[in-house]
Parts: sequence; C-alpha cells; structure tokens
Amino acid sequence: MVIDKGKRPQRSRLAVAGARAATDSIFATSSRSDRIGNVLFRSLLLLGMGVALLGLVAIILWSLVEGAPRLDAELITEGPSSIMPESAGYRTAILGTLWVIGGVVLFIVPVGVGAAIYLEEYADKTRWWNRAIEVNIQNLAAVPSIVFGILGLAFIVRGPLSLGFVAAAGSFTLSLLVLPTVILAAREAIKAVPNSTRLGSLGLGATKWQTIWHHVLPGALPGILTGLILSVSRAIGESAPLLLVGAVTFVTFDPSFLEGQYSVLPVQIYNYAGRPQEEFRVLAAAGVILMLAVLLTMNSFAIWLRNHYENKNAR
Amino acid sequence: MAKSSMATPPAGADQRRPLAGAGSSHLGEKSIKFLLALCAAFSIIVTTGIVVALVVPTVSFFGEITFSEFLFGTVWQPAFANPSFGVLPIVVGTLIVVVTALLVAIPIGLASAVYLSEYASPRVRKTIKPVLEVLEGIPTVAIGLFAFFFMRPIAESLFPFFPWETPFSIGIAGMAVGLLIVPLVASVSEDAMRSVPGGLREGAYALGSSKMRVTLRVVFPAAISGIIAGIVLGTSRAIGETMVVLIAAGAGNPNLTFDWFNSAQTMTAYIGGTATGDIPQGTIVYDTIFAVGTLLFSMTLVMNIIATRLVRRFREVYE
Repeated sequence: MVIDKGKRPQRSRLAVAGARAATDSIFATSSRSDRIGNVLFRSLLLLGMGVALLGLVAIILWSLVEGAPRLDAELITEGPSSIMPESAGYRTAILGTLWVIGGVVLFIVPVGVGAAIYLEEYADKTRWWNRAIEVNIQNLAAVPSIVFGILGLAFIVRGPLSLGFVAAAGSFTLSLLVLPTVILAAREAIKAVPNSTRLGSLGLGATKWQTIWHHVLPGALPGILTGLILSVSRAIGESAPLLLVGAVTFVTFDPSFLEGQYSVLPVQIYNYAGRPQEEFRVLAAAGVILMLAVLLTMNSFAIWLRNHYENKNAR
Repeated sequence: MAKSSMATPPAGADQRRPLAGAGSSHLGEKSIKFLLALCAAFSIIVTTGIVVALVVPTVSFFGEITFSEFLFGTVWQPAFANPSFGVLPIVVGTLIVVVTALLVAIPIGLASAVYLSEYASPRVRKTIKPVLEVLEGIPTVAIGLFAFFFMRPIAESLFPFFPWETPFSIGIAGMAVGLLIVPLVASVSEDAMRSVPGGLREGAYALGSSKMRVTLRVVFPAAISGIIAGIVLGTSRAIGETMVVLIAAGAGNPNLTFDWFNSAQTMTAYIGGTATGDIPQGTIVYDTIFAVGTLLFSMTLVMNIIATRLVRRFREVYE
C-alpha cells in the first residue's frame, strides 16, 4: 500500500482512532473494573485540582471577610499606632514600600536587561567564564530569600557599604534577590526574537548596538516587561530578607530613602499580626487585602501580556 | 510591523553564533559591550558576596563551638544564659515542614498537573493555568496569617482529640507551605508531561490502553525526571520558606521534638526571628545566624544541583 506522505499523520491518527474504537468495543464490556477505575481516577484528579484552587482562593476569601471592617481611608492615610488600633493604618509602610520598590526598579531594569543582552547577544558561549556566569545565575535564582537577607546584613547594612538600617539597604537587598529572575526572563524574551531581524538590520549597515537597541529590544519588550512585572511583584510581597536589614521597626513618621528607619507593607502586616488585640488582627487582614489587590493585578497583567504575545507569535 | 516579524522563532535559535557587528571597532560599541559584560559579571560578585558573608562568621563560630556539638547536639538555645548550640532541633523543624508540605503538595500538585495536561479541554486549561500562575503570586505573609488565624483554629475544632497546646503548630505551618508550593510543583510537572511526544500516547492507545493507563504507564514514566525536578524545586522552596513558619509555628521549642501539633522552630525562622533588631556584631549569637545560614544554603544548593541535572536530562530526551 502506498501512502501519500503529506497525509501520513492524518492517516495514522485515523488508524489509531479506529484501532482504539475497535479495542474499546471488544474490551470495554468485559473489563468493567477498568472503566470504574478510569472514572475514579478522573474524579481523583479533579478533586486534587479542586483542592488546589479552593485552598488558594480560600486565602483571598478569608482576608476579604476578616479585613472588610477596616477597608477605610485611614488604612492608607494613617500611620501605625500601638494604642489606637481601630484607626491605625499603613501610611508609613506604604511609603516605605514605594521607596524600596522604586529603588529596586531603578536598579534591576538596567542591570538585569544589560546582563541578559550581554549573555544572549555578545557572550561567546564556548568561553568558560560566560558559561560560569550562566550557571551562577541559575543557582542564584534558587537561593532562599533569607540568605539574601544575611548578605544584606553583612555587606550592605554593615561591612563594605555600611548604609545602616535604611530603605536604601532594603532596596539593594531585594534588587539582588530578584535580579536572577529578571535576567532569566529577559534572556528568554531576547532569544525569541528571530535572527533574521538582526541579520536584516546588520545588512543595512547598522552597528551591532543599533541593531539591538532599535530592533531586538523592541521585539523582546513584551517578554521583558512580563518578567519585570513578575519580579517587582515578588519584591513587593517579599518580607523575610527585610527582617534582617531593618524593616521591623515601628515607624511613625514618613520614611526617606537614605536615612531614618523604614518599614514595608508585608513586614508591617507581620508586626500587626503578632499583637494580641483583636483589632490588630483585622488590621493585618485588611493589609493583606491591600497587598493582594496590588499583587494579583500586577500578576494578571503580566500573564495576560505574555499570553497575548505568545498567541500572536503562534499565529 | 516589526512585531509581526517576530512571529516564528527560528528552529536553530540556540545554535546562533554571536554576530560580528558591522561597527564593532567603534569605541562606543566597545564600551557598550564592556558595560553589559559588567552587568552580567555582577552576578558573580553577588555569589561571592553570599559565600564570603556566610563563611567568615561561620569560621569564627566554629572557633568557639565544636563541629560535632553544632551538628549533633539536641538542644538549641543560643541566646540563653546557659547557651547550647545543637542545631538538630531546628533542622528537624525544617524537616517536619518539608515533609508535611510535600505530603500536601505532591498529590494535589501532580493531580492538577495530570488533569491540566491530559484530561482538561484546551479551553479549561487556558483558563485554569493562568489562574494558578496568578495565585502563585500570593505573598507568603498572607499564607502565614491564613494558617495561623484560619487553618489552625479550624483544625482544632475538627480534630479536638489531638494534643493542641499552643496557638502555634509546626504541622499546620507545613501544610500552608505545601499549599504555597502547589502551583510551582503543578506548573513544572505539567510542562514535563506536555512535552512528552503525542506519538507515545497514540501508540499506547493503538494497543488498546485506556486513558488512565496511558497517563500512568506511558506519560508519567516518560515525564518522570521533569516531575521529580518540580518536586525537588518545591522542596528547596519549602526549606527556604520563612514567613509562614515564623507566623504559624511560633518561637519554638529548644529541645528536639517531633511534635507536629505544637510550636517548633525551623532554620529559616530562627534566622528571621533572631536577626530582627540590632543584635550586637561579634557576639556568638550573631555568628549563629551565619552558621545556620551556611547549613541552609548548602542544603538548598544540593537540592538545586539535583533539580538542574534532572531538568537537563529530560530536555535532552524530548527536544
């Protein structure tokens, strides 16, 4: 039998379907236990999936129910107070987060994207030092966040940089933490830009940097942006390393970047949650709502952005 | 129109050699390359910094405490008047959290992955997968509060016959960490299962296998290294998790216990709980943070090396 090569996959799929139907009709009635097993297996899978979604959604619902009574303007406009929990808020913590995250963005955008451009466009992968950098970045991405806190405590707060327990130290520590993620995401985005784009630009006489700046980077922008947003949202939610670099103090005045004490939103929530009065528990839950609103919006936008451009590429 | 030209990534993108740029002799081009290389090399500085930051105080710590006293001692109370530096209680605390987290995350995560990869219709997958990815962004402090204020009281009212004594429970903290790593385990193992070529499935169907059999006997074994990599990554994440344990497991017990229902400390929670505030530099308590950090760092490093190996192996087979 001669099979037309173009139709081969289709034919084999048909053949498989036919064979399956035939065997199904032979065996299906006889192996009833097998069918019950299939149904059972399928329901187990659905159950697992359901528990996963339910558990995660329950966190959101719990904070909404628990924190709803404190969703008022004072939550944002008032600073912390240990004597008046019913009107205390997150003012200084929000300002602290803005300072810290502002610093993170200023640092990771140039350094992260720069490193990714170097590794994808310039680095000669046969050289051992370039391979070492790659392996190193992958391993750094998986170091526990609290270890970055130790690094921050030893080298940024004290030691060589000696910034002290200020917002800038927190900012720098978090930048180091999310930098590997930014580099990995930006590399993937740059890798996805087709080589013909580069060749076309170079062929028209553009320099290498002009090619990267005017053609590669614009093409990679959605992917880079997705990675950046996800990293920044991780930095906003991250609290463990900041415990070590000074974000635990009870700050009653507006913080600044380079001097004075600071706190950030998640650490302030942790601080409130540790207090015995019921009002503080509600306040902590309201803070969680605040964070979830910001983080889930950012993540949804980032994932929408990625899927949108992935679909576009697939077409 | 530049964007539509990126429609199809070339098949051989990985083999791309660095291009010899037209104007690479210009000074400006060279200084740009130098600056970018500096950005990339910065990561090496960070790693060196971590290693130096951990090792130097650790060495001074072992100048005062013997190695075996640290690793095999069973009482952990560094800040007490009569200090004791046996790290085992907090290592066991970490182990309880990790094992509990895996007991929660492996069945739930794998069931979700199998369902999404083999059973779900494309439309269902297209809605649920992004939802899981978005939920991965729930901050750990939120999960910690949920565990402490919701899961722990619910657990006590459902199972009042267990020995709940404190408002804290290391086991509940472990379950919450499990919930936290479910999306990670699910997404890595789903990727692994989806990259199993369709031909393998079709072959098994042609031999008369049912869908469950195809999933369990063909897809699962073919994707096993990717699935294990997902679990290992989840484990390393669970070892390093701090906030959930700090909130839900309390200040801990200095003695070695396997008490699932009450307060216990993990390595990360010890570091996070002790280093808050301005503890004086040069004291032995200050140095314990770094000694414990070194232990933590080495444990996760080993886990990650295993994970990278496994991921590489599964990529080699199917791409």
